[in-house]
Amino acid sequence: MNSTYYGTLIFELSKKGRKGYSLPANEFKGYSIPENISRQSETMLPEADEQTVVRHYTNMSNNNFGVDTGFYPLGSCTMKYNPKINEENASHPAFQGLHPLAPTTAVQGALEVYYNTQKILSELGGMSEFTLNPFAGAHGELTGLMVIRNYHLIRGDLKLTKIIIADSAHGTNPASAAVCGLEVVEVKSTDNGTVDVEALKPLLGDDVAGMMMTNPNTLGIFETKIPEIAKLVHDCGGLMYYDGANLNPLLGVCRPGDMGFDVMHINLHKTFSTPHGGGGPGSGPIGVRAGLEAYLPNPQVKKADNGTFYVNYDNDSLGYISGFFGNYAVVLRAYTFLLSAGKEQFAKMGSLAVLNANYIKESLKDCYELPIQGLCKHEFVFNGLIDKSQHVTTLDVAKRLLDYGFHAPTIYFPLLFHEALMIEPTETESKDTIDEFIKVMKQIAKEAAEDPEMVKSAPHKAPITRVDDVKAVKEPKLTYKAYL
Amino acid sequence: MAYKYFPHTEEDIQQMLKVAGVQTLADLYAEVPEELKLKRDYNIPSEMSEVEIRKHFKELGDKNKQLVCFAGGGVYDHYTPSVIGYITQRSEFLTSYTPYQAEISQGTLQYIFEYQTLMADLTGMDISNASMYDGATATAEAMMMAVANAKKKNKVLVSAALNPAVIRVVETYAKYHGVEIQLIPAANGATDKTALEAELAHGETARVRIGQPNYYGIAEDLSGVADMCHEQKALLIINAPASTLAALKTPGEWGADIAVGDAQSLGLPMSFGGPYLGYFCAKEALVRKMPGRIVGGTTDHDGKRTFVLTMQAREQHIRRQKATSNICSNQGIMTLMVTIYMSLMGPQGLKEVNEQSYAGAHYLYDELLKTGKMTPAFEGQTFFNEFVVKTTLDVDKLQQHLLDNGILGGLKPEGVDNAIMFAVTEQRSKAEIDKLVELIKEA
Repeated sequence: MNSTYYGTLIFELSKKGRKGYSLPANEFKGYSIPENISRQSETMLPEADEQTVVRHYTNMSNNNFGVDTGFYPLGSCTMKYNPKINEENASHPAFQGLHPLAPTTAVQGALEVYYNTQKILSELGGMSEFTLNPFAGAHGELTGLMVIRNYHLIRGDLKLTKIIIADSAHGTNPASAAVCGLEVVEVKSTDNGTVDVEALKPLLGDDVAGMMMTNPNTLGIFETKIPEIAKLVHDCGGLMYYDGANLNPLLGVCRPGDMGFDVMHINLHKTFSTPHGGGGPGSGPIGVRAGLEAYLPNPQVKKADNGTFYVNYDNDSLGYISGFFGNYAVVLRAYTFLLSAGKEQFAKMGSLAVLNANYIKESLKDCYELPIQGLCKHEFVFNGLIDKSQHVTTLDVAKRLLDYGFHAPTIYFPLLFHEALMIEPTETESKDTIDEFIKVMKQIAKEAAEDPEMVKSAPHKAPITRVDDVKAVKEPKLTYKAYL
Repeated sequence: MAYKYFPHTEEDIQQMLKVAGVQTLADLYAEVPEELKLKRDYNIPSEMSEVEIRKHFKELGDKNKQLVCFAGGGVYDHYTPSVIGYITQRSEFLTSYTPYQAEISQGTLQYIFEYQTLMADLTGMDISNASMYDGATATAEAMMMAVANAKKKNKVLVSAALNPAVIRVVETYAKYHGVEIQLIPAANGATDKTALEAELAHGETARVRIGQPNYYGIAEDLSGVADMCHEQKALLIINAPASTLAALKTPGEWGADIAVGDAQSLGLPMSFGGPYLGYFCAKEALVRKMPGRIVGGTTDHDGKRTFVLTMQAREQHIRRQKATSNICSNQGIMTLMVTIYMSLMGPQGLKEVNEQSYAGAHYLYDELLKTGKMTPAFEGQTFFNEFVVKTTLDVDKLQQHLLDNGILGGLKPEGVDNAIMFAVTEQRSKAEIDKLVELIKEA
């Protein structure tokens, strides 16, 4: 990233008569698109030569910060290093040109990757079977909830329409439940940030379809009462759903399936190293315990006794949640990572991530307010600066971090604390990087006390200064036409 | 011992454990109940070096057949300019996350703004969001948005000529979301407008969805359909493969309220089904009901034109169960690919792509009819770059014969017996098409 802003838009580089492509000459004479079905209006597409386009997007990329640029401690997002061999395989020529409706005999290699990935994820999650069709974590949640509803519907339990969700849950949990037609019932957290079992008990009844949890939760606290919670929910006929956004710290230690979860999703773009791509594509495979396999969405990839792979369409399936096999090229990346790490490195992965988080927490708790003491897992939450006398907010601290070459942590989430600053360092960050981050965080705390105005007006060294997001809402400019 | 993705030395670990206040890495999990811990090795393969991974992928890749593609069904073998892969591998784009921190994310925000402009323009609509997962889920989201918008109405009419892969996803979402779907039959391969009008007259319809060109490749005549819908206060949604929008009458020109579809045809590799990109465009009045992320223009404190995620009050991280959708991660970098594609191709390039695809498909159609082994499935309809023909040949055997000769011949269309469906793009040469026809002649 450099500090000079490049703010030109492609439309401003367009000149009539330029071209940036080459196609073969049209070999088919005498055919033209009939006028009555043709587009009437001109398009706004730009006209630019190839180098102009390349420079435009290259300069634009210099305004951006990625994991390869520097430390990205965004809580609940698991911004780990994205290995480069993953990219090589994602665009492997033997896979890139495959049509998803090609006969299975022509795509055996592609199906084998899909199948092997299902099997490895099943073992890591302690589940019986996986599907890789969901496109992202929230899509996995929705699909997993459909599995739960399908399970109840097939059993004839039509009145199970409530889903219990912790108040610390990711926003996608209640949103996915609503899309799935479930009624959300929120369960409160105790003062130490875990699910309040006593508050949960009265919510349980014969109308509860299940409960969604993440463990560790969004405060990075391991829910030690999970066996009891799972039993309570199972006893009233509900199923347990595991939000896999926080799976990373458990690698090598324990598995959602062994904790009593029936359905789970995994974010391949978090735990399994595929790049976040400025917001996607992700991939949100879901796993189920034994007995629920048939309910997974179609198409399902299976292995025949003779060792070949085939595509199955199960009548008990919840239906289709994607056109084809999900974000397949993301699966190619994750499979590469699964092979690279193997059982040896997955055994250590979680504990190194947890070590990094606890090291930062203990090193900074003298400057930043730590509302929940004790061991955290992959992430933890500060409630802003301890010294709030200068009214320097979490937003200010976040913006000042940008000046020092770090991405900001997740801010103002979870909603349990007003000044939440949620920090997640992954196992791929070195002690040296983390030490530098700690030094800078202490420096910002010092600046907040000595020169609060400077912190409040940060960033000062980013490509631009703070953006006016109120103006963006009040005077919406959603396409370039607003500037013409 | 050391692993290339873990930077910790033994000494680092010891120093850090001390600060963390524990003796060993296992102590970091002291609170986890013992009975929950996995006390064995994972039963998965051992770690592999890059050398071994490359060999493994070579072996897997050799099990796939590289074929000349005449299949469509919503996924098309269009040309991907070399610039696209090169630019999207830039780690500043690829390894960033959702642009929450606008001050260090203008690259991402700018290309999404360009994308929104281009996609709204292509569809003839006012606004676009920053992407959905694929064309099918975008269509399902449009269904939920229309029902939410209509308050009391809960029925959605869907043309049976829409791609069945899309219909199946819409039906799944509808089943769990509590929406009633009614299929409007196809007559001669196109939406039956009389049946549509009759069904609309019942007055319970929140929305009507039609594919354009439809599943069978037919460019339907949709004149009058928008008025028919609006008279009954139903929204019209048109689903179109994005590439064709540059050539065909747009959803906006047909009077649609929402335009959705897959943008795979704008230069994205087929990649065994994904990742693609679902586009979602609408009339301006619907902006506050839109699902997904939206980028807007604003200024920074120095007055510079900048961009930012906006109207977030619609989204799950703010509204939780009251959000317009549960979507969080979208298709990110695919948006950049499509934006670069449109920037390179420009109006002339897309025009050529469409003209060549159209011409190639019509040439193939004419040649197939000349063989005497194929007849038109839908007489009198106008198709674009994909079409269905009836045949006296055994379709399974024919497909195998073509496969044995390195060709992914057409698909078996759902809903039409003894038929085959071919798609042609600008990547198919006359020589390839002639070879296909020769193979069919000898079949």
